[in-house]
Amino acid sequence: MLPIVLLSIYGILNLFLGFLRSNRLLLTLMLVVLALIFGVNLLDWNHAGSLSGMLASPYVADMLTVDNYSVAFSGIVLLTALVLLPFSRSYVRLGEPNLAEYYSLLLFSLVGAIMMIGYNHLLMLFVGIEVLSISMYVLAGSDKRNVRSNEAALKYFLQGSFATGILLFGLALLYGATGTFRLAEMAQAIASPTNASLQPMLYIGVLLMLIGIGFKVSAAPFHFWTPDVYEGAPTFFTAFMSTVVKTAGFAAFLKLLVVALPAASPVWLPTIVAMCVLTLLLGNVSATFQTSAKRMLAYSSVSHAGYLLLGLVAGRGQLSGPAAQGIFFYSLAYSVATVAAFGVLKLVADQRQREDYAGLAGLARTNPLLAFAFTVAMLSLAGIPLTGGFFGKFFLFTAVASQGYIGLVVFAVVMSMVGIYYYLRPVIAMYFSPAEPGTAPIEVDSFQSVTLVVLVLLTLALGILPGLVSGLL
Amino acid sequence: MVAALLLHFAKGPAARTLALGAAFLELAAAVFAAITYSQNNHAATLGLQLSWIPSAGITFHLGMDGLSLCLVLLTCFLVPIVLATAFRHEEYENPGAFYALVLFMQTGLLGVFTSLDAFLFYFFWEVALIPIYFLAGAWSRAERRIQITFKFFLYTIVGSLFMLAGFVYLYLQTGPAAGSLAAHSADLGAFMSLKLSASEQSWVFWLIFAAFAVKMPIFPFHTWQPDTYTESPAPATMLLSGIMLKMGIYGCLRWLLPVVPLGTSQWQKLIMVLAIIGIVYGAIIAIRQRDMKRLIAYSSLSHVGLMAAGVFSLKITGLQGVVVQMLAHGVNVVGMFLVADAIERRTGSRYLPDLGGLTRRTPLLSVVFLVMLLSTVALPLTGGFVGEFLLLMGVYQYSAWAGAVAGLTIIFSAVYLLRLFQRTMLGPDSTYSDTMTDLSGKELFMFVPLVLAVFWLGLYPATFLHFSEPAINQILLLATR
Repeated sequence: MLPIVLLSIYGILNLFLGFLRSNRLLLTLMLVVLALIFGVNLLDWNHAGSLSGMLASPYVADMLTVDNYSVAFSGIVLLTALVLLPFSRSYVRLGEPNLAEYYSLLLFSLVGAIMMIGYNHLLMLFVGIEVLSISMYVLAGSDKRNVRSNEAALKYFLQGSFATGILLFGLALLYGATGTFRLAEMAQAIASPTNASLQPMLYIGVLLMLIGIGFKVSAAPFHFWTPDVYEGAPTFFTAFMSTVVKTAGFAAFLKLLVVALPAASPVWLPTIVAMCVLTLLLGNVSATFQTSAKRMLAYSSVSHAGYLLLGLVAGRGQLSGPAAQGIFFYSLAYSVATVAAFGVLKLVADQRQREDYAGLAGLARTNPLLAFAFTVAMLSLAGIPLTGGFFGKFFLFTAVASQGYIGLVVFAVVMSMVGIYYYLRPVIAMYFSPAEPGTAPIEVDSFQSVTLVVLVLLTLALGILPGLVSGLL
Repeated sequence: MVAALLLHFAKGPAARTLALGAAFLELAAAVFAAITYSQNNHAATLGLQLSWIPSAGITFHLGMDGLSLCLVLLTCFLVPIVLATAFRHEEYENPGAFYALVLFMQTGLLGVFTSLDAFLFYFFWEVALIPIYFLAGAWSRAERRIQITFKFFLYTIVGSLFMLAGFVYLYLQTGPAAGSLAAHSADLGAFMSLKLSASEQSWVFWLIFAAFAVKMPIFPFHTWQPDTYTESPAPATMLLSGIMLKMGIYGCLRWLLPVVPLGTSQWQKLIMVLAIIGIVYGAIIAIRQRDMKRLIAYSSLSHVGLMAAGVFSLKITGLQGVVVQMLAHGVNVVGMFLVADAIERRTGSRYLPDLGGLTRRTPLLSVVFLVMLLSTVALPLTGGFVGEFLLLMGVYQYSAWAGAVAGLTIIFSAVYLLRLFQRTMLGPDSTYSDTMTDLSGKELFMFVPLVLAVFWLGLYPATFLHFSEPAINQILLLATR
């Protein structure tokens, strides 16, 4: 709870700090404050209340909860934002006039994400999604002189609003069928229906909710906005979108299905399985045909939504156990690797003015650190051992296989083989292709180097000692 | 002790002395392990078990029995030679990274040969793959290196993902290990005590075998091999052919036969046929080759076929033959590639039509070449003879016809290898005959241990047979239950 309060207060404060016209100060303060909030968030671990009862437990009329589940996922979200920040250095250097607004929007979107993770009441979920999305609509279009960025913002906004409408409609139908917005009460109402004629309304409501959230996490067939928006938006915000939004979305998704709708699983389970298969197929196959690294990463993020959907299939019972653990571990490994990948890509794209594979050629010779960090990120996304991504996939696959979905797991394994193909292409470009003559090394300041080293170490730590975080939930 | 073997030198600093020092340290540790093992009356298994992922019942469980020990010795013996070969290539860019990757690879290999937990095994299996991919690709000068190494990588990783799927399936069938919180266990012991039906075993067999078949490689899965062997830089080829190939055979012995015995017996016949096709096919193609490295690559394919046939003969002589032949083949093939590299470095060519009459100025090179070659042909007194003899006997016990066809390998290998020797060292003089220089002192230093190893294996294989006997007996017991 305290993180939300602090993030909101600092977000407003940050807007006023913008008047000082010192981007350097803004970045430093952001880093300090986010690190602080990350720490504050962890204080709630194993305290069902907040900060050992400093604030009384039911918040906002018990619409938000703080438990280990919400602390863990909020931790991922805050950590992602923290390690992503150093890559906004180019804004500082170029003297971006609106940096304070960008940072504030980022902070507000984090508030939205944490609300989505901790909700206990569907209205809070809705408010969280909207706070997150509206910030993102603006940030996607923040490069306002670039046509592609404008296109991205408009596309995201139009399709996103439509999805929100559908979500809201679903929510209303659910309320109509069960008479409550609270997750636990809703589960009871569905398990023992008082009025059988309300069943169709319930089912339609569930399906509409699936569509609404499926859009936000870019699950197929509601993923069509993803490649264009991710490619058009400034890389810094693309990285933010593909990590924070996805993590928060899946945390919310799992909670909804597991806590509120277990009795409705005959409706949502086949739908999720179908979405999962479709997402894996479209995401992976489309990614193989891309020539732009950024667009490839966009499709790859669609495919990762597919792997995370697998976790939902396995998620029965409570917010702990194999499925929740799998989703937690996968989100963490995915976020860390994606931040590293987009971070390197941003540096390359800013200085070489291109985002395709050929633009990465010879990077191993000119910037060994960048090439190595990017390689580790790719291997992690591909799920090769030694990296966190392998155990993310491993935990999810075993969780699903133990529920008896062997065919689904085999399909996912085949799809991850396809993944290896396209994740290796940039690696090959960096290590095996010579750079075009006269290519200058990319300038990386020491702060960004340190961040990349930390990200690489995190990925390897997750891959070598997964026991560190795998048993948390 | 095993921990000492597995000291991670992977990220070690660049200096070549340090790399070599690390490799020798590992060799010393391996020899020390071997001595301890033989003093302990070949009974105790050295082991180390730490908790790794407690929530999933996966442990960091390493252990060595005689079979592992033989392969650990082989790895630790060959890696310094591979490193020394790399030192000879002054032209390599960024040598520090090269040595680091070789040592990193060694870590993976030793891990594969000692792990007793399925997921740990898989983990090390892939750890060994990643460095060799970069070794083979980034330091190669061949034009097609990108496609070739990519094919190699995809082939092996697809195979190993099938293996992983097989392991996951087996893992989900197990019960909890004693004193563990997790619902399943991935320990080798737990896998071996599973009671699966014959039909389950039959498809789990193929899932797991896919990885090993690609790695060995066995006949229809071999297409990555000749290109990769030929176009990789010499040290990478040595690692691939000398040690990495044994991962597949070791995997069969450790993780396939004892775990899915019914599956093995169902498919035994088919695998035997494929293996024997591999023997003949590899040999016939080798006869027609004009490129030294490619010829050796196909010869290796042929010999691996024989080893696979030995594994699936499920006879004690055959399996013991596999152990000796794994060691002998490792030494031979590394020696052969070393000779090919020495010739190529001096003449700049490895095409047989370009070469000839090299022997006049290079008596030492000719001698070591001949020793390696005759051991590969399986002449008595050499390591190759003991291995092939035991293997053929095992295969013969399985089926006389299979033994007869497999026996062709000796004749074929004599044909193509003597032709190789004749076209390079003997025959009419080529442009290089007069300018060719003999082995330098340093090079001799690399060959001497190889030659000694060939004769040791040929004259007193009992050293290693004693090591592996209890392990092989146990595997056979489990495989034929």
